[in-house]
Amino acid sequence: MDTARELIRLGDVVRRDALPLARGLFRRARGAIDGVTSTLLGPELEQRLAQVSNQLAPHGVDPFGWDPDYARYAIAGATFLSRSYFRTIVSGIENLPEGRVLIVANHSGQLPLDGVIVAISVFLEAQPPRVVRAMVEKWAQTLPFVSTFFAKCGQVVGVPENAVRLLQRGEALLVFPEGTRGLAKTFQHRYQLTDFGLGFMRLALETDTPIVPLSIIGAEEQYISVANMRSLAKALHLPSFPVIPQLFIPGGQLPLPTRYRLHFGEPLHFRGDPDDDDSIIEEKVWVVKATIQAMLNKGLMERKSLFF
Amino acid sequence: MAAETTPAKDPRSGRPPPAKAAAARSVVAASAEPAVVITGIVGRLGRRLARRLHREGRVIGIDRRPFEGRPKDIEHHQIDIRRKKTRDIFRGTPIRAVVHLGVMHDPRASASEHHTWNVAGFQKILEYVAQYEVPKLVLLSSANVYGPRPENPQFLTEDAPLLGGAAFSEIRDLVEIDMLAQSFFWKRPETETVILRPVHILGTVRNAPSNYLRLPVIPTLLGFDPMIQVLHEEDTVRAIELALRPGVRGVFNIAGPPPAPLSRVVKTVGRPTVPIPHAFAATMLKPLFQLRMASFPKPELDHIRYVCMVDDQKARETLGYAPSKSLEETVRAVDDGRWS
Repeated sequence: MDTARELIRLGDVVRRDALPLARGLFRRARGAIDGVTSTLLGPELEQRLAQVSNQLAPHGVDPFGWDPDYARYAIAGATFLSRSYFRTIVSGIENLPEGRVLIVANHSGQLPLDGVIVAISVFLEAQPPRVVRAMVEKWAQTLPFVSTFFAKCGQVVGVPENAVRLLQRGEALLVFPEGTRGLAKTFQHRYQLTDFGLGFMRLALETDTPIVPLSIIGAEEQYISVANMRSLAKALHLPSFPVIPQLFIPGGQLPLPTRYRLHFGEPLHFRGDPDDDDSIIEEKVWVVKATIQAMLNKGLMERKSLFF
Repeated sequence: MAAETTPAKDPRSGRPPPAKAAAARSVVAASAEPAVVITGIVGRLGRRLARRLHREGRVIGIDRRPFEGRPKDIEHHQIDIRRKKTRDIFRGTPIRAVVHLGVMHDPRASASEHHTWNVAGFQKILEYVAQYEVPKLVLLSSANVYGPRPENPQFLTEDAPLLGGAAFSEIRDLVEIDMLAQSFFWKRPETETVILRPVHILGTVRNAPSNYLRLPVIPTLLGFDPMIQVLHEEDTVRAIELALRPGVRGVFNIAGPPPAPLSRVVKTVGRPTVPIPHAFAATMLKPLFQLRMASFPKPELDHIRYVCMVDDQKARETLGYAPSKSLEETVRAVDDGRWS
């Protein structure tokens, strides 16, 4: 009896006081975030966002779920990351052709921050601004918030049908042919490309899409991994299990603020049958890989300092 | 319409036109005008379709429910499609098309009843269509046969695998019917078989998506907001009408206005929502459904979790179909006739 009365009293308190309070706090937090977002974005970015929105989503949301009202927060965050934290230098952006294009880059850094930086750089630097689409792992769709976040920022599920459809719509697609092999690279293997997948080349041949090679310098040193414990990763069903000593230092959980340097190479065009033998496709893939490796080597030669 | 149907079929089969053949067999045929048979006519979609078609020609309804408020010129047979009597309808009348809407999707019905009604019933229909040389068969399947899955491409084409039954066994019947119709399409080229796979139909209909949007408080899954396609019941009926035109055959995805995130669809209805963590919703829904306190079985949660959208380009090009209602009109239609 007493417990019931207590519960009813508690319910009343929750309804009368706690809920409005929580709602008020939420609204104020939201207002504060909106304020910060607006200052981070600034008028120039707002204009870029409007430009992209008009083109992609005249009805508010594009068919793949890109939502400008939501993406603006992510863009504000990524802009801060790119401009203030990694102080990205972008060159060769004029090599990005209009219409459909595959951007092929080296992948590294334990956390796929390089994808974020590439996407935001194309959004900030390309004329007119573009949304870069990347392919997300399928299992990410089963995670709450993560799936919504990816979809609303214009990222799509990594299946070939989606890639073909996006290219047919004339969009820019970001591909890391190294996949997790590249992401989990240890420090001693930095800037040495691992094996490339062949899927992107078949895709390019099928849709007759130009390939823009992109070298990303800086990401490979953001987390210094001394080893990758493959058997442990396998046991835990993780893609990799890097050993990163800096994680044990306070503040080391953040990536090192290395300077990112992105260089977009000249577009490569390939012709041929997308269903050719692996060996024939491999030759074409090798051309792309060699181009990126050469761009990386050149960039590393020119780099004076890791952080500046 | 009827006059066009018969010659359109003639050159391919080389047999006497089916209308005449059937009429010769039945001396007592009340009218020689070939009719459209609609199974499941008493459902809300069936009624709408019948209202549209009976002005142009003869309509015969088959349903085990009584047809209240039936227009005088619609012939209605209150029978079970599995019964022998169904054959008499086919035997006695020239028929120009069969529209199969009588697919049961009731998660509460017993599995065997569900299965025999859907599969055995539809097999009978196929048998009669073949035997009495009906020139057109339209099956209203559903985009649910593809199933909401995390690895779905954003837009599924007609040749995507039908995996809807993988997680949701009640839907296996529908997949089976769809497959039966597909094999019938190849086995009997004389009959123009059309399979329509519409996305979530909204309106006065009593289906899961409409019922979901009619809930006083709409539950959503915390952290999930998939893109959704909806279709107004009026547009569904129009697609069926287009499928009835002679010369049309094949499988068609039918979609409505441009897709929108679930949150926006729910917002358009204008009712409060409550986000629930998926693990909690999944564990709670099972007992709640068994205790009849919820009308949705657990696997239907995937529809508000993952994407299951279709590419309707083929319907737009071949069928000449285009949705006429906007997203707002389509979503608000769930409240139509609520107070009447």
